[in-house]
Amino acid sequence: MIINPLIHKTGLMNQQIKLTVNGIDHQLEVPATRLLIDCLRYDLGLTGTKEGCSVSVCGACTVLVDGRLSASCITLAVAADGAAITTIEGVAQGGNLHPVQQAFIDHGGYQCGICTPGQVVAAVALLEAIPDPNEDDVREWMKGNLCRCTGYYAIMQSVVNAARLAHQSGSHRLDTGDLR
Amino acid sequence: MIDFQYHSPESLAEAFELLDRYGDDARVIAGGTALVLQMKQRLAQPGHVIGLRRIPGLSDIRWESGREAGRETGGEARIGSMTTHQEIESDSILKDRLPLIASTFKQVSTPRIRSMATLGGGLAHGDPNQDPPPALIALGAIAVIRSNAEERVVPVEDLFIDYYETDLRPGEIMTSVIIPALPAGAGGVYLKFLPKTADDYATVSVAAVVTKGEGNTCQDIRIVLGSVGMTPVRATEAEAVLRGQGLDERNIRDCGEAVREAVDPLDDFRGSASYKRDMAEVFTRRAVQQAAAACRMA
Repeated sequence: MIINPLIHKTGLMNQQIKLTVNGIDHQLEVPATRLLIDCLRYDLGLTGTKEGCSVSVCGACTVLVDGRLSASCITLAVAADGAAITTIEGVAQGGNLHPVQQAFIDHGGYQCGICTPGQVVAAVALLEAIPDPNEDDVREWMKGNLCRCTGYYAIMQSVVNAARLAHQSGSHRLDTGDLR
Repeated sequence: MIDFQYHSPESLAEAFELLDRYGDDARVIAGGTALVLQMKQRLAQPGHVIGLRRIPGLSDIRWESGREAGRETGGEARIGSMTTHQEIESDSILKDRLPLIASTFKQVSTPRIRSMATLGGGLAHGDPNQDPPPALIALGAIAVIRSNAEERVVPVEDLFIDYYETDLRPGEIMTSVIIPALPAGAGGVYLKFLPKTADDYATVSVAAVVTKGEGNTCQDIRIVLGSVGMTPVRATEAEAVLRGQGLDERNIRDCGEAVREAVDPLDDFRGSASYKRDMAEVFTRRAVQQAAAACRMA
C-alpha cells in the first residue's frame, strides 16, 4: 500500500465512493477535496497517470471517465462516483499492447515519457470516437496533449499509424462505456 | 483546496432544497472545469458543492419546430444546461440547422475540456473571454433558469452583469438554453483571433449574424464581441451603421470603425488594449463580410 500524504488530514469529511477502474470495482473513502488523479495514484497505486500542469492544460493526467476524455487533475473523485475509469494501465488487454501503444514504440512517439500515458489515452479515445481519422482530426484531437520534448511529429506519425493498424486488425475497441 | 462537502442530488427538487439549505455557502458544479480550478486556487471556497450530474433530463439536445398560424417557422434548439461542448459541436441537427453554434463550441479550448465543460456551466461562470456567449447572444439565445419558486427566462445578452458575475441568483439553476433558428436569408459567423496557441482564450472574438434584404442590403445585424470588456459586448451602434444599408465595402468599414467605441479591452499578456481595439475593428469587418457571404437565401 502506498503511503498517502494527502488523505486523512484533520477535519476532512470523508465520503464513500465507488470507482470501476480498468474493469475492477473499488470502494473508497475519500474527502471531497480528493482529486481523481490523487485517488488513482495514491489510493489505488496506479501511478501511470502523471500530473503535469495541475490546471487541465497539459494533458499528462488524461483518463477516460465513462468513455469521456477527462483531465483527472481537475476532476473531483466524488464527482466520478459510480463511473468507469480507464487509465493507461487499462489500455493493453490480455497482455497485448493496444495498437496505439505499439505504434508509439514503432514510430518513436515518446522521448522523456512523462506526457506519454496521457498521449496514449487521448489517442485511444480518438480511435473510439473517430475510427478512421485524417491528419487534421489527429492534430485537432491531440492539441490538448503537450510534449515539452516537442516530439510532436513522431507523436503524429504514431497516432496516424495506430489508426491504420487498428483499422486493419479491427482490434482496437476498448470496453470504456458509451463514448459519444 | 478548502474542505467542503459534496452532494449529488438526483432531482432538481432535491438540488433546490440543498441550495436553499446552504445559501451562500453552496455552489453548483457542472463539468467542473472552471469551479475546481477556482477552488484549487482558493478563489472559490464553498462549504457545499452540489453536483448536477445525476439529475436526469439536463443534457438533451432537442429541436422544436415552430408553428405559427398553421405555418412552419424556423423552430428552435433546446439544449440542456449539462450538455457538454463536445456533444453540442458533434450534434448532427445542430451542425445542419445552427452551424454557427456547432462551429463555435468546437473552437473552445481542447477536446478534453470540451468533453467535460458544459453549456450551462460555462455561461454561469461569466468569463468574458469565453467563446459561446458572443455567438449565443448574436443568435438571440435565451437561458431558462429555475428555482424552487419559479422558472424565468433571461436573454443570454442580459445574463452577464460584470466580470465573473451573472444574473443567476442564490437558489437558482440554469436548466436549458433556447436558441432560435436563423431566419431565412440570414448567415452567421464566429471569428476567434488566436495569435498565441490553438487552445488559448481569444485575444479578441467577434460573432456576427447578418440577415440580408432585397439586393445586397443589410436587413438586420447583430454583432457581439468577446475578450474586450468585463462582459461580452454587443456593439449596437456599429449594428446601426449597417442596418438598412448596403453591405458594401465602405459601410462595412464604417461599421468596423464604430466598434472601436463599443469595446473597452484590458492590457494583458494577449495584447495591449490599443492592439485589441485595432483587432476588434479588423475582425468585426471580416466577421460581417463572412456572415453576409454565409447568408442562406429563402
